[in-house]
Amino acid sequence: MVSIEEYGDFETSWCPGCGNFPILKSLKQALAEQGIAPRDVIVSSGIGQAAKLPHYLRCNMFNGLHGRALPVAQGIKMANPEAAVLCVSGDGCTYGEGGNHFLAAIRRNLDLTLLVHDNQIYGLTKGQASPTSARGHVTKAQPEGNRSDAFNPVSVAVAMKAGFVARAFSGEPEHLAEVIKEAMNHKGFSLVDILQPCVSFNKVNTYGWYSQRVYFPEGHDPSDWGAAMALSEEFGDRIPLGIIYRADKPVFGLGGRLAEHEYDRNDLKAVLQSYT
Amino acid sequence: MSRKDINIVIGGAAGQGLVTIGQLLAKAVVRAGHHLLVTQRYMSQVRGGHNTYAIRMGGDYLSGGTESIDILAALNTETFSRHVGDVRDGGLIVAGTDLETGERDALRIPFEELASKPLFHNTVMLGVLGRTIGLDRGIFEDLLGQTFGRKGGEVVEANVDVLRKAYEWASGRDHGYSGRIGPGSGPGRMMINGNEGIALGAMAAGCNFVSYYPMTPSSSVAMALIAKGAPLGLQYEQTEDELAAMNMAIGASYAGARTLVTTSGGGFALMGEAVSLAGVSETPIVCVVVQRPGPATGMATRTEQADLDLVLHAGHGEFPRAVFTPATPEDCFYLTHRAFDLAETFQTPIFVLSEQYLADSYRDVEPFDLDGLPKTSRPLLEWDGGEYKRYAVTDDGVSPRLVPGFSEALVRADSHEHDESSRITEDKTVRVTQNSKRLRKESGLFEEVIGPDYYGEENADALLVCWGPTLGACLEAVERYEGDESLAVLHFKQVYPLREEQFMEFLEGAGKVVAVEGNATAQFARLIASETGFVIPDRILRFDGRAMTWEYVLKGLTDIL
Repeated sequence: MVSIEEYGDFETSWCPGCGNFPILKSLKQALAEQGIAPRDVIVSSGIGQAAKLPHYLRCNMFNGLHGRALPVAQGIKMANPEAAVLCVSGDGCTYGEGGNHFLAAIRRNLDLTLLVHDNQIYGLTKGQASPTSARGHVTKAQPEGNRSDAFNPVSVAVAMKAGFVARAFSGEPEHLAEVIKEAMNHKGFSLVDILQPCVSFNKVNTYGWYSQRVYFPEGHDPSDWGAAMALSEEFGDRIPLGIIYRADKPVFGLGGRLAEHEYDRNDLKAVLQSYT
Repeated sequence: MSRKDINIVIGGAAGQGLVTIGQLLAKAVVRAGHHLLVTQRYMSQVRGGHNTYAIRMGGDYLSGGTESIDILAALNTETFSRHVGDVRDGGLIVAGTDLETGERDALRIPFEELASKPLFHNTVMLGVLGRTIGLDRGIFEDLLGQTFGRKGGEVVEANVDVLRKAYEWASGRDHGYSGRIGPGSGPGRMMINGNEGIALGAMAAGCNFVSYYPMTPSSSVAMALIAKGAPLGLQYEQTEDELAAMNMAIGASYAGARTLVTTSGGGFALMGEAVSLAGVSETPIVCVVVQRPGPATGMATRTEQADLDLVLHAGHGEFPRAVFTPATPEDCFYLTHRAFDLAETFQTPIFVLSEQYLADSYRDVEPFDLDGLPKTSRPLLEWDGGEYKRYAVTDDGVSPRLVPGFSEALVRADSHEHDESSRITEDKTVRVTQNSKRLRKESGLFEEVIGPDYYGEENADALLVCWGPTLGACLEAVERYEGDESLAVLHFKQVYPLREEQFMEFLEGAGKVVAVEGNATAQFARLIASETGFVIPDRILRFDGRAMTWEYVLKGLTDIL
């Protein structure tokens, strides 16, 4: 048995009412309910308000650079296949600065879980448009409205046939905890795009805005790629939550824990002989 | 006339098989027990262009390449016209009967007569060259068996048959060439290039992780590791870009892998931010940078020493580092092995700075003494020292490094400024404490510095100061110098940190000091000036993309002395 308390309780630098709080709580719940001890969890994060999450969680962590949380997470998993590896960051870090890594991680399909706190805005830098901000979204930096189309991470992940693609909402923490557990149980790369309000800098996509739109689609079959593709496109008046797409596919092959691997000197002598 | 060494240059277009001929001939030379030095010059093309594979062989150790050609094997007319001027008096040109060689005498091989199919023409050339320099045919027969064995016995037999015909044909030719190689050091030696030396050194240190993005001329380090790394449990990945390569390696290293990253200048420029991350997160990383001429794309397959400044300064902020600059494949092996030990001991990025010339330059090397190597440092897997703090402040700046997931202690690493327990901080006292702690590791690195090697008599009239593979050209230039002045060489195989007491007396005791570097701005001379105040006024600089040769150094010396 692992209790939620083992994952600690820390003072944060998040604004009161921030969507990050329920995400952190749901994550702790998901970890405890799976019986995973903090020593077996390694969280990689980037930079942004979301990326501070492992500082507020008792576990192993590597809090690296903006945009580069996924390469670090993958390196960790390759070195220690036995660890439960999570990658946690925001929409700017994951889909903007780290966009190429997002695509490559889906293709590589290492067994790790990516949690993206998607608030459609840059919070840490105080309110510029993010890759998921809607076209026309007005900010101080985009006073005439965002001139780019929004990136739809769920559609992209489904289009690339990522093995596990889900959308959750910080306002549905019980559901979120269940989805995180499912994602961590999935063998291979899993994405949970988590909608969350930024109470300080996003005056459009508020708690109310999301609450009015999110719904749980009935009868959706996540193994039906065509249906998943169609559902992933839905992001407007209605926003579907839950597991959008799920498929088993070959997982990136791994060996043992590299830290405890030592070579046999005779093997290396044979390697040297192969050059004579 | 008996010469102590022979320089054979095989030239042709990419795709004509000159590397196949060159590799087999080079291997045969090593198996026959001679010394060897291969210099490859190639263009960034898979087909066509003009490439050369130069094999210098001899009874004595060969310090570097040479521009004078004893035997020119021309696979096309362009090779002939470009290099005929470099063939020494009494040298030999070998070419097919159909090749246009003008007035010049040449050993004309009737390829069609000796081999029915063009497929075997390379074996004909191999046989003619082997016979001409007096190599035993049996060595080639073994090599053909090992090279083509996978394709079946018939292919091997057909090649051996063609080889025999070529030997018979060549032994009946009176071409006036009489060069023979000295006996050398005997068989049993390896034939490896600089990049293979790096890969083997990494393996000997227990390297079990490499991430990289392909970039000439660095890729073959990763290729060698991938080809030979199974006994190490090697995990490897060709990443989406260099940013991923470096960050992935940092993640793996944090989690306990012994990691290598390999790239060239442009790719390394992309890794800069992550180099800084390795510095602040105190994550061991060995980074191999194999230089090619810049700026930007530059000349992809040529050589230069112009990324020293980049490697010295890569990464924002201040953190410790060390930079090794091997001269030979042996150096590549031992220095890379050492780089792994230093990276783990001091938990900071350590660089091996090589260049295309060394990367592709094969030599005969005594198999490395694995039993005699010092053990390389390892991180901790267990912790029983009470509360674990990843960035505990210590006298030498080194905090115990624990691998996550092996004990109850949690390992928390961070890119922000942080306190001992990795909590983000902007506290000025903590900042100064942690930054100073990291920089204190420089003292440890300083103690470990390998001083430069001095070659020649004391207080020479002129001292050549060089680093990396430029050493060979300097040594041979000194040997061949016919003027009255005494010459010496000071070679740095580690260019950073510098310890003044290891070399200042050499600089101050010499008549003239001459910097010999493969760049246009004497980057290392400037480093010495900034670190020690000693200004080296005279310089021999080469930045045409070609390796330094003794001829080039001698010419420069003539102008200076």
